[in-house]
Formats: sequence, structure tokens, C-alpha cells
Amino acid sequence: MSTRAVGLGPALRKAALSPRIARTPANVRSLLLKRSIQTESIQAADSAGILNKQRLARPSSPHFTIYQPQLTWIGSIANRVTGSALSVLLYGFSLAYLVAPGTFDSTHVIEFVGSMPDAVKYAGKAILAAPFAFHSWNGLRHLSWDMGKLLTVKAAYSSGYAVLGATAISTVALVFM
Amino acid sequence: MQSLVARSVRTQSLRAVSARTFVSSAARWQAVPTEKPVLQKEFKIYRWNPDEPAKKPTLQSYTIDLNQTGPMILDALIKIKNDIDPTLTFRRSCREGICGSCAMNIDGQNTLACLCRIDRTPKDTKIYPLPHMYIVKDLVPDLTLFYKQYKSIQPYLQNDNPPAEGEFLQTQDDRKKLDGLYECILCACCSTSCPSYWWNQDEYLGPATLMQAYRWIADSRDSYGAQRKEKLQNELSLYRCHTIFNCSRTCPKGLNPAEAIAKIKLELAAE
Repeated sequence: MSTRAVGLGPALRKAALSPRIARTPANVRSLLLKRSIQTESIQAADSAGILNKQRLARPSSPHFTIYQPQLTWIGSIANRVTGSALSVLLYGFSLAYLVAPGTFDSTHVIEFVGSMPDAVKYAGKAILAAPFAFHSWNGLRHLSWDMGKLLTVKAAYSSGYAVLGATAISTVALVFM
Repeated sequence: MQSLVARSVRTQSLRAVSARTFVSSAARWQAVPTEKPVLQKEFKIYRWNPDEPAKKPTLQSYTIDLNQTGPMILDALIKIKNDIDPTLTFRRSCREGICGSCAMNIDGQNTLACLCRIDRTPKDTKIYPLPHMYIVKDLVPDLTLFYKQYKSIQPYLQNDNPPAEGEFLQTQDDRKKLDGLYECILCACCSTSCPSYWWNQDEYLGPATLMQAYRWIADSRDSYGAQRKEKLQNELSLYRCHTIFNCSRTCPKGLNPAEAIAKIKLELAAE
């Protein structure tokens, strides 16, 4: 076992470099005895157990709560949310029509909407139009990525802002249609 | 003649001025070096100690004088560790953006602490470890899985028909295809910025690993492209990428993993 492995390097070096008086065996022994740090040796098999025990206690670092809101991932989440909402609406309405064709047919829906005040009509149209517009325009962006286009950070950002602009314009257009 | 006289007068006056600058006055001897003003800045740093596993991770606040600190976040961390709290734990090595050790989340963005300038406004700076990773201690995440994923794509040249003598040859155009891919230092900034990787890192390989997969697929000297692509031909390894672009946005080396992944998708679609 080398002196380095047992941590005696500094002590021996000190003894070797010190004046001759200090180099007598007795003095060297006293230098060695001064080493007060106690070490505990463990078997290789035990170290794996300690590591596994610690791994169980490890926390997971925070993620979306601390990550800077950026057009990239917020836009992606918005695409996912609008897509799910529109699907839920489509399937929900279709299933409702299957279950109760009397209440959810076109005549009743038109009558129901017609009886609403204008403010509710416009608000409802905006709530439906905005996700539809965003998801459609962003879908085109995704298609261009899948064709290998707009694949730089700059292009991703400019196309992202273009999608937001187009969404705003088409939402207004759909609301007043 | 007149101009000659004028020139001699000018040189005389110049000499007088230059002689005067070397005169040392009493005030000059007693001048004290101007001290930089104190510029306090607060750093809020994520702390968790494995020796006290029951304690929840916390943000600990440290205030240092920026005028006594180097320009980068890593300099601030080292100053805090040296002067205030030696128990603060983080990885660092090269301090010049080539080793990738000091990757962490600084003010909400993943980057290398050694390449990130300290924001000199009075606003505090928050420093977290790489997001959604198991924490070994403080700012040190467990990258075991990340390295295993890298290993799984066999990141080395595979070719059953090596040239009879000498090295593999490559055209300049083929070599150019590897630019922007081989420079990756595997700091894990991109993978840990990817929401898909946050939710599915047990099965999705993540941008760093996928870009290296493409680095070997794109290499004209490698003959295992088909096998490499076959391995990615499933729902999770590659296709959890939804082209979010967080990876390219955050890469401290300015690389573009999103583009590399899109190219793999195109090649798989063309098969």
C-alpha cells in the first residue's frame, strides 16, 4: 500500500524535509501518531447499498415552475391544450347528439344560441374561435418543421410570432363573421 | 523661414509640457488608488443536503460585492464557496465552456455558469440545478441515466469494411455534414430544458443523445446507419420530440438539436 493511499504522504514528507534532529525514528513515530483523523473502511458491496439508499431519498429538481416562460415551450403547451379542448368539444358534442338527439340537434342549438344576449354570443364565439385559429395556424408551422423547414431558433421565433399575429386577426374576423 | 521659426517654438513648448509631466508633486505621491464602489448583489441558490434527507430543498440567499468578483456566474459561485459558505456544492472544471460541468439553471434558463455573465442590475439572481433531475447535493444533478442513454446509441464509428490500409477517407462535403453536431460537449442543458424529457426521460432519449445519434447516422464513414435508425423506430425513443425548440434555444454552444432530430424524422419517414 502506498503512502498516498493511507494518507501518510504529508507526514513523511514533513519528516524527510525537516532538520536531522527531527529525522530520528522516534520523532517520525510521534509525527505519525499526531494524525488524528479516523477513517472507516467499507466493502465495495456496501458502497452500492449506501448509494442506493441515498438515491431513494434524492429530490427531483424543480422544472416548469422555475423555467423562464419562452415562446417555444409555452406555445407548444398552448398547442397541446387547444388541441385537446377542441377534440373534447367535437367528441363531446357528437356523443351528446348520439345520446340525446332531441336536445342536441341543429334546430335546438340555433334556438338556444339565438336566445342569448349579444355579449354572450360574441364572448362564446371568441372562446371557440381563438383556440381553433391558433391550433390551425400552429399546425401549419408543425407541418413545415416536419418538411425540414424553419428549423432554426430565429425561424422558430419569427414563425411563432407570425402564428400569434395570424391568430389575433383570424379570431377577430371569425367573431364578427 | 517663418515656418521654421514656428516649428522650433512649437517643439520648445512641447518639450516644456512633457518635462512638466515628470515633475512629481507632493499631492501625486500621496494619491491613494481609487476604490471601486461596493455593488451588492443577492444570489438565491437551491440547497439540498443528502445528510439531512428529510429536510426539503430550500433557496439560500447570499449577498456578495460584484466589484470584488469576476464577471461570470461561476466566479460568483466560487467566491461564495470560498468566502461565505464552503458547504455550497457545484460541479466545475474548465471555466471556459468546453467541459460542460457547470451546467445549471440560471434565472430560468439552462446554461453553463462559466459562460453566463452576471446580470449587474440590483435584481436577485436565482440559481437552480438542471430541471427535473434527481439531486445528489445542491447544484449537482445525477446524470447517470443521461450517460446511459448516450451509451445506448453506440456513439462510436461502426464499419465492417475498414479500408485495406490507412484511415477512412471522406469528401469535404461529407465532413461538412458533421459541423454543428460534433461540437456537443454533453452538458445536458438541452435535454433538461425539454418538457418531453421532463415527463418521459425514462424512455425518450432527449435532444443531446438524439443529436449524437444523428451525428453517427450522418457520418459517411459509418456503415451501421440502418441499424441505428431501426433502434429509434418506436413511439418513445425519438417521437416524443414535439419540435418545442427549448433545446436549441438554450444550447450554450449555439448548436441546434431540434434540427438534427427533425432530420432523423425525415430520414425515418423516407424509408
